[in-house]
Amino acid sequence: MRERIEEALKRHNADYVEIRVEETKSTNITYRGKDLEEVGTTTQLGGCVRAAVNGGWGFVSFNRVEDLGEKVAQAASQARIVGAEKTELADVAPVHDVVHVTMRRDPGAVPLAEKKRLMDSYVEEIWRTPKIQTSTVRYGDSYRKQYFGNSTGAYIEQERGRVTAHFGVVARDNGNVQQARAGFASNEDYGVVEGKHAEVREAAEKAVAMLDATPPKGGEFMVILDSTLAGVFAHEAFGHLSEADHVYENDKLREIMVLGRKFGGEFLNIADSGKVPGLTGSFAYDDEGVPTGKQYLIREGELVGRLHSRETAGKMGETPTGNARAQSYRVPPLVRMRNTAIEPGETPLEDMLAEVKDGVYCKNWYGGQTSMEMFTFSCMEAYAIRDGKLAEPLRGVNLSGNVFTTLENIVAVGNDFAWDPAGGTCGKGGQSAPVGDGSPHVLISKCLVGGQ
Amino acid sequence: MLDALLDEARQQAEVAEALYHESTELPISFEANRMKSINASQSSGMALRIVKDGRIGLGYSTKLDGPDDLDTLVASAVESAEFGAEARFTLPSAYTANGVTIFDPAVEALALDDLVTLGTTALDLLRDHDKDFLCDVGASRRVSRVELRNSRGGGTAYQKSVVSLGGSINLTRGEDILDVWHYAVSCRADVDAQAVAQRIIQRVEDARETATVTTKHMPVLFTPQGLGATLMLPLRQAFNGKTVLQGASPLGERLGEQVFDEKLSIYNDGTIDHAVGSAPADDEGMPLRRTPLVEDGYVRSFIYDLQTAGLAGAEPTGNGERSPNSLPAPGYHNAVIAPGTDGSLADIIGGIDEGILVEYTMGASMGNLFSGDFSGNVLLGYKIEHGKLAGRVKNTMVAGNTYDALKNIAALGSEPEWVGGSFYAPPLLVADLSVSTREG
Repeated sequence: MRERIEEALKRHNADYVEIRVEETKSTNITYRGKDLEEVGTTTQLGGCVRAAVNGGWGFVSFNRVEDLGEKVAQAASQARIVGAEKTELADVAPVHDVVHVTMRRDPGAVPLAEKKRLMDSYVEEIWRTPKIQTSTVRYGDSYRKQYFGNSTGAYIEQERGRVTAHFGVVARDNGNVQQARAGFASNEDYGVVEGKHAEVREAAEKAVAMLDATPPKGGEFMVILDSTLAGVFAHEAFGHLSEADHVYENDKLREIMVLGRKFGGEFLNIADSGKVPGLTGSFAYDDEGVPTGKQYLIREGELVGRLHSRETAGKMGETPTGNARAQSYRVPPLVRMRNTAIEPGETPLEDMLAEVKDGVYCKNWYGGQTSMEMFTFSCMEAYAIRDGKLAEPLRGVNLSGNVFTTLENIVAVGNDFAWDPAGGTCGKGGQSAPVGDGSPHVLISKCLVGGQ
Repeated sequence: MLDALLDEARQQAEVAEALYHESTELPISFEANRMKSINASQSSGMALRIVKDGRIGLGYSTKLDGPDDLDTLVASAVESAEFGAEARFTLPSAYTANGVTIFDPAVEALALDDLVTLGTTALDLLRDHDKDFLCDVGASRRVSRVELRNSRGGGTAYQKSVVSLGGSINLTRGEDILDVWHYAVSCRADVDAQAVAQRIIQRVEDARETATVTTKHMPVLFTPQGLGATLMLPLRQAFNGKTVLQGASPLGERLGEQVFDEKLSIYNDGTIDHAVGSAPADDEGMPLRRTPLVEDGYVRSFIYDLQTAGLAGAEPTGNGERSPNSLPAPGYHNAVIAPGTDGSLADIIGGIDEGILVEYTMGASMGNLFSGDFSGNVLLGYKIEHGKLAGRVKNTMVAGNTYDALKNIAALGSEPEWVGGSFYAPPLLVADLSVSTREG
């Protein structure tokens, strides 16, 4: 493959060209209710060429991996139609590397029958709980080998692995239906999905417990977020704003996101890293061949950095951060987060609780979304807090707010920390990417709670 | 290649079904007021579903270079059949070839220059309206070919052409950010840049002023887009045969009962010419049809693929949809809400003294859809005051329960619209929903 890629890169009339070829093999096992629904394996081979001419991009993707030289010419001619300015890509020293995936326990080496036995045992665990209406259990593993070459002379072969198990449980009592989730993910170890029976049972029991919960009253409240939900907040509310592709061509947003601006208290630190071992948002090189590292976004409450592709870094005169990620060979890379976290502070959870007279303790999540200025996310589990003590459970709690005021409204950051063990999947521009979210507990002085 | 694969699979399995898909796509994108990229993609792949010893096996591959690759595909289907679910279906033995128009040679003939012109026209209209707009535009055409054949002689083959044009603008003033977008898509070459731009401009102009509402219950009017993103979501889940089979649908045991306002009729319709959700047959070769889900408020049917119908003991409805690398599951083609008799959007607004109009929401899909509860941030919504739009509302959430809300529909518009090409509905007014807002 190396010769074919390097040969195809020899002749082109573009400012920049890159070629990616990928082989993937993945296995999925899905259960709905007590029954196995689907077992399947997928083999993919595909590639793409991306070219830049005068600031414009041309991109060609294909399953028939042949005539790479012609595809380079096609991408370059498309880019030439678009280009009307100057190609500005931040310089990156061309890397030559081969990255093997080092699996602690390789899911590819575990027989399908064993994977199925393990998932069968989780299904049984869920169904031991009374009042369960239905459940979904999804196991997946994948192996991807990528061949990357570009016109600056870089050539990288990179393997990546991933294993995930996700559990959804629906409990029902007459017309009242509630759900809960649990999940586990790793880029290096089949072991993370083994022996999780207690956690799976806990999810089933939570769904049942939420049957007795009441909807919250709407309005503004003091809220405490647990580490999983606060991690989603960091991702949704601030991470997306830090993606430079939103900022670099938007002068007004550039004014808002000016480095050095104060966004929160001195105890607030947020960083994005591609280097956290085991997490599914970790990898050695991004899809532009840039090495990943750790990038602080907020340090002591101040904006200190953002996430870049080579193009956004070039246009903003900043340093590339290794955040250009593509879902597959079918699509060009976008600026994406990797593993994003609020770093631990000093406040114990009990001190936070003591601050709250009338508020909500929010745990875990169904999902989150942002429109840059506004964010929203939904809690899987929530409790009223009254006079510093946890009170009745609440269901259907959605939190929403303005990113900037909510960051200012963070009044304490916990002295604990956890990554969401389920891993996350982030959607942007029609592409999904595995990411990690983490945080300690966080106390927010005012947050809008949607209620009935 | 399909026949070779079927023959090979039949040596090891009782039943085999092969699906080949191929598509070429040409998307052009404009970002931040100028052309940014031209992408061209070719994709192809083959799925093999078998029944071996009564169990379902599945394999999918995009690597189809030679006989070895077919062997690998058959082997992976056979391996998974060992652990697969018990098959409870019979594949169709009739070949379904045509019936609905979803291919337009004029779309296939659209050249790169034509798409550039389409996108540039939309961009210029937006830019000329307001120099402060930061505009993104995407224009694309896709031509796909599907070939499906099973060992019982059933199957289908068709081509579909799709052209789309989407535009969005960002208007940032201080920390006040407004994003407005619109998207048109069709199987024929009738996508209109003027209409897309005009729609965006109208929404922006209505949002120039900011209005405030207070936290309380009030009438909430949903545009077709707003309806699709809120009240429709729990219904899509509740009418899905899989949800019914699991006993998780609140409507599962209410077939034939009146559950909704008599104004409400909802159909799944895969037979509408030029609609992107239409096709001659579904992804297991069953002819598409128009299935009433709700008629005059009565629950009439759920949607099923063959296996789910077999498990539920229900009639298949031709709703077996799949991404190529997974098994068929119930999927909607075009979801249609039949229009009411209450006039245009403006007519309905005219009858409201105080309320809000909801266009885009954020987060409403994340709640507990099974129970019908929804709660979303109003990303783009307007205050209605004395029968007129009185400006954009911000920091506002709308919450409620779909089943309660649709028991009593205060008004249903007479003028339906396409949303994203496969949802067709009129505006709908709920008399009383909870609206929460940040005070001060």
